[in-house]
Amino acid sequence: MYVYDQYDQQIIDERVAQFRDQTARFLAGKISAAEFLPLRLQNGLYVQRQAPMLRIAVPYGLMNSRQLRKLAEISRVYDKGYAHISTRQNVQLNWPMLAEVPDILAELATVQMHAIQTSGNCVRNTTTDQFAGVACDELEDPRPYCEIIRQWSTLHPEFAFLPRKFKIAVCGSTQDRAAIHHHDIGLELLGNAQGEIGLKVLVGGGLGRTPAIGSVICEWLDKKHMLTYLEAILRVYNKHGRRDNKFKARIKILVKAMGVDAFRAAVEQEWLALKDGPTTLTDEELMRARSFFDSPDYQVMDGDHAAAELQGACSRDAIFGNWVKRNTQAHRVPGYRIVTISLKATGYAPGDVTAEQLELLAELADQYSFSEIRSTHQQNLVLGDVQMSQLYDLWQRLQTAGLATPNIGYLTDIICCPGGDYCSLANAKSLPVAEAIQARFDDLDYVYDLGPLELNISGCMNACGHHHIGHIGILGVDKKGQEYYQVCLGGSQAKDASIGSILGPSFKQEDMPDVIDNLLSTYVTLREEEETFLDTYRRVGIEALQGARVCPGSLRMGVSSTTAGYPWIQTTQRR
Amino acid sequence: MTGQICSLDQWLQLADKNGSAVQLEPGQEPTALAGYLDQLALVVINFPVFTDGRGFSYARNLREQGYHGELRAGGHFIRDQLTYLRRCGFNAFQMADEADLESALASLADFTEFYQAAEDQPLPLFRRRQQPAH
Ligand code: SF4
Repeated sequence: MYVYDQYDQQIIDERVAQFRDQTARFLAGKISAAEFLPLRLQNGLYVQRQAPMLRIAVPYGLMNSRQLRKLAEISRVYDKGYAHISTRQNVQLNWPMLAEVPDILAELATVQMHAIQTSGNCVRNTTTDQFAGVACDELEDPRPYCEIIRQWSTLHPEFAFLPRKFKIAVCGSTQDRAAIHHHDIGLELLGNAQGEIGLKVLVGGGLGRTPAIGSVICEWLDKKHMLTYLEAILRVYNKHGRRDNKFKARIKILVKAMGVDAFRAAVEQEWLALKDGPTTLTDEELMRARSFFDSPDYQVMDGDHAAAELQGACSRDAIFGNWVKRNTQAHRVPGYRIVTISLKATGYAPGDVTAEQLELLAELADQYSFSEIRSTHQQNLVLGDVQMSQLYDLWQRLQTAGLATPNIGYLTDIICCPGGDYCSLANAKSLPVAEAIQARFDDLDYVYDLGPLELNISGCMNACGHHHIGHIGILGVDKKGQEYYQVCLGGSQAKDASIGSILGPSFKQEDMPDVIDNLLSTYVTLREEEETFLDTYRRVGIEALQGARVCPGSLRMGVSSTTAGYPWIQTTQRR
Repeated sequence: MTGQICSLDQWLQLADKNGSAVQLEPGQEPTALAGYLDQLALVVINFPVFTDGRGFSYARNLREQGYHGELRAGGHFIRDQLTYLRRCGFNAFQMADEADLESALASLADFTEFYQAAEDQPLPLFRRRQQPAH
C-alpha cells in the first residue's frame, strides 16, 4: 500500500497543527460556530445527536495492521471502544470530545492516517473496488489512480468551498464494485483499439433526494490528462453549481440543467488552460504510484492441488464449507482466496466493530494477509490475500470473535446508515429496522434460497445507506412527526445500474419485517429457475410484487406526497 | 480613471480602462475582463459570504489568462482561507475584521508544502519530490 514520504507526513502534520489552532480559537470564542463549521467538517468532525462524530479517512478502503491497532487504541482511549465502517469505506467514531479531536488527529498522523475532507463541501475520499489488485476480472489496479487523486484533492486550494460535497470513484474491472455510476465523477479504466488503457469519465451520478445515473462526458481519456480533466470538471462545477438551494447543489443537478453536451463543452473550454500544463501526469509519477501496489510476495503454489485440499476440508466440516462458499471469492493468484469478514451479525449494528475485534483483525491480517485489510462500502472488511490452506485456521479464529457470519451478498448483509440513533439529520431510525429484519430471517437456508440480495437502509433522503441502489431499499420518512418507512425496489449498483422505484405506501417500523417477508414470498412464487430477486423484478415489474403492500398498519400516502421530489425515480432507469 | 473601484457594470461603461479597478461579485466571471487584463490596475474579487468559493476559481482563471496586477480578496473571507486564497493567485487581502490582523497573517504560514500546482508554486509535488535513498 502507499507509504508516506517526508512530504506527505509534513502535510498531514501541518494539518493537525492547523486544526489544533482552529479548535483552540473556537473554544476561546475567537471563531464563530458558523465559521468553525466548514473547518471542523473538513477535518471529519460532525456534531451529531449525542456527541460529535469523527469520520476518519480510509483512502480507497485500504489499511494496514498498524493502523487497525491504532484505531483500536483510539477508540478505547477517546471513545467507547468500538468503531463503525461507513458506506464510503471510512471509519467513524461516534463519541469523541471536540477538545480531544486534535489529539486524535495527531495520533492518526503517526500511522499515516487523517480525517481530511471526510466531510464538508469539498472533494471527499476517493473510493474503489474492495477487491482491487486481487480480483480476477481486473484490467488494471485502480488504486494508484485513487492515490494520485487523493494527493491532488487533498487541501486543493480552489475546491475547498464547493457548492456541495463531491465524490469520486474509480473502477478497473469488468464488474463494477465501486458504483461509479452513482458518483459525482466515476472513472473507469478501459482499453482502446490500440491496446492502451485510458479512462472513461462519467459525471453527475448520485444518490440523495434526486438520484441520478452518471452520464459519459469522455469516452476515453489518456491517463496523463486525468488530473487536469478532473480540475476542469471541478472548476465548471465550482463556478456554476447552484448555491442557493443545498438540495439542488450537487453536480448532477448542474449536468441535468445544462445538458450533458453543454456541460462537456464548458469542461473542454476550461480544460484548454489546464491541458498539458504542469499538472499533466508524468510516466514517472504513474510508475511511482504503481510501485506501492505491486503484488506482494505470493507463494507459488499448485492451484489445483490447493483447491482440491480446500474442497476436502469443506466437505469434512460443512459449516466451514458454507462459510467458504458464502464469504470467500476467487483470487487472481492460484492457491489464494479473497475473504470477506461480515460485520453483519444479527444483534450488532451493521458495520460496527469493537476494539478487541480490530486488534484480532490486525493480528489475522499480519498472519494471513500481508498485514493489509480493506473496508468495503457494504460495511464489511476484507482480507485480500489468504492462502487456501490457511482458511480453516482463519475461520476458526474469526468464529471465536463473532466475525464469521456467512451472509456476504445475501439478505442479512444489510447496508445501513447510523440513522436516528446517532445522526441528527435522520427522519427515522434505521438500525432497529435492520436488526428486526435480520432477526426475522434467521433461517440461513431460506436466506440462501432467496439468492443474492442487497437490502439497503437510509434514515433519511441523504441516502448514506444507498437505499436507491439496493435491490430492496428502505428509506426512513417523517410523516407528521412519526417515523415511517418507504420501500423501493429494483435498484442496482452494478454496471447495469438502476435506481429503485417506490412501492406505494409507507410502513410503520414494527411492520417492516412483515413487509419484507411478504415481498420476498411473492418473489419466491413468481421467480423462474435461477432468477435472482433483481432478475424477477426486472421481468415482472413492480406491480406484480405489490402483494407486499397490503399490510395492516400501513399508512397510505397520496401519490403526490410520496413522489414529490423524486422526479427521476418513477421509472427504473437503466443503461 | 484611477482610485475608484468600479462595479463590473460601471467598469464596462468606462471609455478609458487604463489603470482602472474593478470588483467582481460571485456570478460575474472574469471572462468579462478579457482583452483589458494589461490595462487593469486592480481586480477585487468579493466574497459576500466566505462559504461561496466561486472567487477561488475566478482568481485562477484571471492568473491563467495572464493578469499580473493586484488581485485583492474582499468581503467576508476568513483567515483560515488565506493560504488557499494566496495559492489561487490573490496577492492582497482586505479583511472584513481587521482587529486581529497580525495573528490572522499567521494563517498564511499554516502550510509549507502542497500537493498541487497553483499560483504560488507552479509545479505539483509529483514533479518536485526528491526521494530519499532507499
Ligand atoms: S442517510 Fe440520513 S439519517 Fe442516515 S446517516 Fe445519512 S444523513 Fe444520517
